[in-house]
Amino acid sequence: MARATARDRRRLPAALAVPAVAGAAFLVLPLIGLLARAPWTDLGSLLRSPVVADALRLSLFCATLATGLSALLGIPLAWVLARSTSRFVALLRALVTVPLVLPPVVGGVALLLTLGRTGVVGQYLDRWFGISLPFTTAGVVVAEAFVAMPFLVVTVEGAFRSADRGLEEAAATLGASRLFALRHVTLPLIVPSLLAGAVLSWARALGEFGATITFAGNFPGRTQTMPIAVYLAMESDPGAAIALALVLLVVSVAVLAALRDRWLPRGGAV
Amino acid sequence: MSAELPSRAQSRGSDVRSRAQGLHAANGTPERRPTGLVIDGQVERGAFRLDLSLDLAPGRVTGLLGPNGAGKTTALRTICGLTPLSSGSIRLDGIPLDDVNAEIFVPPERRPVGVVFQDYRLFPHLDVRGNVAFGARARGVGRESARAAADAWLERLDLSGLATRRPAELSGGQAQRVALARALATEPAALLLDEPLAALDARTRLGIRAELRAHLRTFAGPVVMVTHDAVEALVLADDLVVIEGGRVTQRGSPNEVARRPRTDYVARLMGVNLYRGSLDRSTHTVELLGGGRLVVTGADQLRDVADVLVTLAPTAVTLHAERPDRSSPRNVWAGVVRAMEPLGERVRVEVAGPPDALVDVTPAAVADLALRPGSQVWLSAKATETYAA
Repeated sequence: MARATARDRRRLPAALAVPAVAGAAFLVLPLIGLLARAPWTDLGSLLRSPVVADALRLSLFCATLATGLSALLGIPLAWVLARSTSRFVALLRALVTVPLVLPPVVGGVALLLTLGRTGVVGQYLDRWFGISLPFTTAGVVVAEAFVAMPFLVVTVEGAFRSADRGLEEAAATLGASRLFALRHVTLPLIVPSLLAGAVLSWARALGEFGATITFAGNFPGRTQTMPIAVYLAMESDPGAAIALALVLLVVSVAVLAALRDRWLPRGGAV
Repeated sequence: MSAELPSRAQSRGSDVRSRAQGLHAANGTPERRPTGLVIDGQVERGAFRLDLSLDLAPGRVTGLLGPNGAGKTTALRTICGLTPLSSGSIRLDGIPLDDVNAEIFVPPERRPVGVVFQDYRLFPHLDVRGNVAFGARARGVGRESARAAADAWLERLDLSGLATRRPAELSGGQAQRVALARALATEPAALLLDEPLAALDARTRLGIRAELRAHLRTFAGPVVMVTHDAVEALVLADDLVVIEGGRVTQRGSPNEVARRPRTDYVARLMGVNLYRGSLDRSTHTVELLGGGRLVVTGADQLRDVADVLVTLAPTAVTLHAERPDRSSPRNVWAGVVRAMEPLGERVRVEVAGPPDALVDVTPAAVADLALRPGSQVWLSAKATETYAA
């Protein structure tokens, strides 16, 4: 890049250059606008204001729990998807990745109809255990995990598929059960993919809006997460909204940086 | 492997490993006489079919020889349980490991069978000690005693200095020894090796081969070693089984198989004369154990001069009716034709020396020299084709 050759300096055709510049501006300008209007001087106090601080704390708490739940259920699910030779596994894989493309609001409605107080499953949770998930912090975690878990499952399943099966076989000949081999051979070897999947689903959970507000509502301190707080604060307290938006932007950039070797291979592969 | 459990019953084999270990307690001295490994079964996968019938005695090394795709590795995988039989049975010391009719299938983790894989398959995230301790840990032995047991094996295989190294930091020969230590540390009743020397370069292979030979000699149970290298088979194996196209085409001692090859593959593969002896560095001459001496090439690279192997291809030996001019071929000796075997377009002639030799000649040469059993002949071989190994 430092020393461009004559060949590199050939003019770009305008028919490509103009829309390319417009496209880049379209993606980058809003971020610059956000930074330009950020209340930098008041940022510290804004972030410490009760509404912002509560939303921030709740969001970090719920996104982390949702990621933990995703890992707890998603890693075994990914293993089954990767290792099963059953004919139904392709169908199962398609079904569990539906939340990836489903509009989150639809997910929230579906959760409400299933886990709500009168829902298909929820009525029994309520009747037998006295558990009611909608409009609670636990509901936030459930909604976020519903949307975020497929990211972890897809990432980890890929890692299981490309993991060296030979090592699991070697472990078996040494007396290791499949569970022991998974815990002591395969999982340690796919830690980078586990982390990537966890970061990805954590970021998705942190930004979750539609499913959360539909299933868990909007109670400050209980279910009002950052994205919801940003949306509502734009009406009443734009400064706080921008402060929260900045936090989410910083988190997104940090996630991108953490995963850059994975998702953005350097040097533009051909 | 699939996520479903193997469909055949597993319960009966649950204690095979512990029982078989008892047989080899106290430094490999059997408490009761182990009966070895008996395989009589078939594996079918699509169009491929492997048909095995083997009876392998404890304390003997059986070389499984064959071309690529013949089914050698599949044979090993059935013994250790990574591939189930389609029909028939496998018994180790009288205990069924796989018996299709009786619906017995002992999964690999419960079989008392140690495996050294071709690419070793060391766990890259564990150090050498962790690799060797893995078997004990997998069977519920505590961390400390597993490490102590592993250290004893590291000591035995001269690996103590490498205990904290990662597999990526090992040479090929070291990795092979670690793989062997890891397999032996589970105290298996049978040991399987898949081309144990194939991943090594020619230079280190010689030393490692001698070491491996010594370790295999001390193992009490049956050893099965897959190879497609004739010298490896001749040096390491007590018995040879040749597999071609999924079928056993020949079995016998290495010498029998080399002398009377039954298929073209065996003839080409086992077409090697192998001698042992001691080297005189100054003259590049090896004094052979069975009598006679050979001038050799490649002697400069050897470390141990007391026990040297010499290989000589049957096609590199020439037969003469009269004593040949000594000027160019450096090795000349007299012999008597013992037997002759047609071998495709050639004739393999077995000549009594010393040293004895297999010689491949054309049918025209047989006619020219009027060769028949009992014929007096002279043999010659260039030193440049007589390799010290």
